[in-house]
Amino acid sequence: MKHSFTDYIYRSYRKRKVINAVMYVLLSIAVTLAIIPLLSVFGYVIVQGMPALNLEFFTGLPKPVGEIGGGMANALVGTCTLVLIASVVGVPWGIAVGLYLSEYGKDGRLSSIVRFCADMLASIPSIIVGLFVYALVVLPMKRFSALAGGLALGLLMIPTVSRTTEELLKMVPNHIREAGLALGLPRWKVILWIVLKGSRGPITTGIMLSIARIAGETAPLLFTAFNNRFWQSGLDQPISSLPVQIYTYAISPYDDWHRQAWAGAFVLVLLVFMINIITRLIFAATIRKRQES
Amino acid sequence: MYCKDIKLNNREVHRGDHVFSLALKLSAIGLAVLLGLVGIFLFRAALPAIHTQGLRFVTSSVWDPVQDVYGAMPVIYGTVVSSFLAIVIATPLSIGVALFLTEIAPRSIGRVVGFLVEMLAAIPSVVYGLWGIFVLAPWLRRVVEPALGKTLGFLPFFQGPPYGVGMLAAGIILAIMITPTISSISRELFNSIPHIQREGAIAIGATRWEMMRLTVLTSSKRGIIGATILGLGRALGETMAVTMVIGNRHEVSASLFAPGATMASIIANEYAEATSDMHLSALLGVGLALFLVNFTISSIARIFISRGFRWGAIRNGAKG
Repeated sequence: MKHSFTDYIYRSYRKRKVINAVMYVLLSIAVTLAIIPLLSVFGYVIVQGMPALNLEFFTGLPKPVGEIGGGMANALVGTCTLVLIASVVGVPWGIAVGLYLSEYGKDGRLSSIVRFCADMLASIPSIIVGLFVYALVVLPMKRFSALAGGLALGLLMIPTVSRTTEELLKMVPNHIREAGLALGLPRWKVILWIVLKGSRGPITTGIMLSIARIAGETAPLLFTAFNNRFWQSGLDQPISSLPVQIYTYAISPYDDWHRQAWAGAFVLVLLVFMINIITRLIFAATIRKRQES
Repeated sequence: MYCKDIKLNNREVHRGDHVFSLALKLSAIGLAVLLGLVGIFLFRAALPAIHTQGLRFVTSSVWDPVQDVYGAMPVIYGTVVSSFLAIVIATPLSIGVALFLTEIAPRSIGRVVGFLVEMLAAIPSVVYGLWGIFVLAPWLRRVVEPALGKTLGFLPFFQGPPYGVGMLAAGIILAIMITPTISSISRELFNSIPHIQREGAIAIGATRWEMMRLTVLTSSKRGIIGATILGLGRALGETMAVTMVIGNRHEVSASLFAPGATMASIIANEYAEATSDMHLSALLGVGLALFLVNFTISSIARIFISRGFRWGAIRNGAKG
């Protein structure tokens, strides 16, 4: 017989080999396509942003329309102020929730509800959090303020901080807690001074990562912190921030403002990436050490 | 738990412990209350618009602040189309990336490329928007849209003048932004599948691709669906980048080249000019709708993903 069984196997094998090769090529193309935007964004931010940077960018205030020059000094300080306010709200709250989940309610009903809520809070759009703070703070106060902006960013920090705290404290072996209790320490001291203190470093890196995330947030600031062309005069006043300033300049029709938007984007990306890379390296090292011990 | 094993008498517990555990419990409950408050506050603020507009709020396609008529149909349409476009582009891409990183690439390359893909998620939204305005949109206007119009112009999606900014630009930028989300979850899913299954497939003579299809993709189907739904949730609520490239026009148009608006973009774009209370209330109503939709989608995604992993965990356990 001409079309023998081996012949059939051979032909189907060749076809399968071809499909295999085609899929390899397709998967490689997928990876390339995913990396290209990153390189493009990176490349443009560096090429357009670097030359636009100068001393005035870091020291000057925004100039009125039509005047060339000016800087984003107030926006840089504004972003730092907002991050600070956000940390005051988000860090203690986040750590407390993380402590509760890891130390008191490992499998309880309340903790599964709280875990669900933290997940939901992490996934609702940041603009919704901005709208909520607008309805909660801005409408009754009748003005945009740094406090409202900081609060919105702080609420966005909570899920990340609580998740990191919980995950890290779960890795602390129970015998360490038992040793503390056996010495006669009250439980709260064991949790604060032994369990939490021992994980200070990695929790700090988790907090830094969440700061890197909120530092670039624009949407929740639009109707909470608003914007300010001058130095802010108080925390109950509108405040400018780097992302909002970039947005304002990017959608404007002026070339000089576009130039500054790129410069701002360069600074913002540099900031976010530095924090990300450094903390990830530290984080990976600590986790490895924990798993070894 | 260790405290239950010790069986301390209530009186012997340190007073500080009561205060401390109560404080932690309150902050945990506070988080749940916060989520409820978000819904309540948005609802209260949106009530005037819902009251006066009624059902027209979601069915009418006229959004005219001057006449105080608010129909959210165009922005709902824009949200659905742009997110759908993003999912269609991003899902195969992300699965491809995850497969490449877990099954093909050597570990060292996989780590570097995986890090790069995750960095896509770290770029702030406003920077994507800036890039979208000055790089992506001109490229679409000059190269992609004319080419698409010429080759696929018989389809209603690819007709009309190439604007650059519009639905297509928004969909592409959203796809870029949700790729890290979908691919990192898929990677974790693929990694949770025991190696012995892959070896089994290879041992019975499967090619590498057949091995991926039979063991990796089939058993993580559920998780991948979950990851995609999660990506959809991200895409629905993404604001800044979309606002900057979608063109902000409240019109329902079949063409992907045409400008549009999404629920998130209309809020970001009109908050400043919202002078009348009704306009503001309508925007908050759109926010409420977005919140509810996102809440539902995220809950569904959460169920799918946790089941997907549990499935993997069971298999891991079965391995011994």
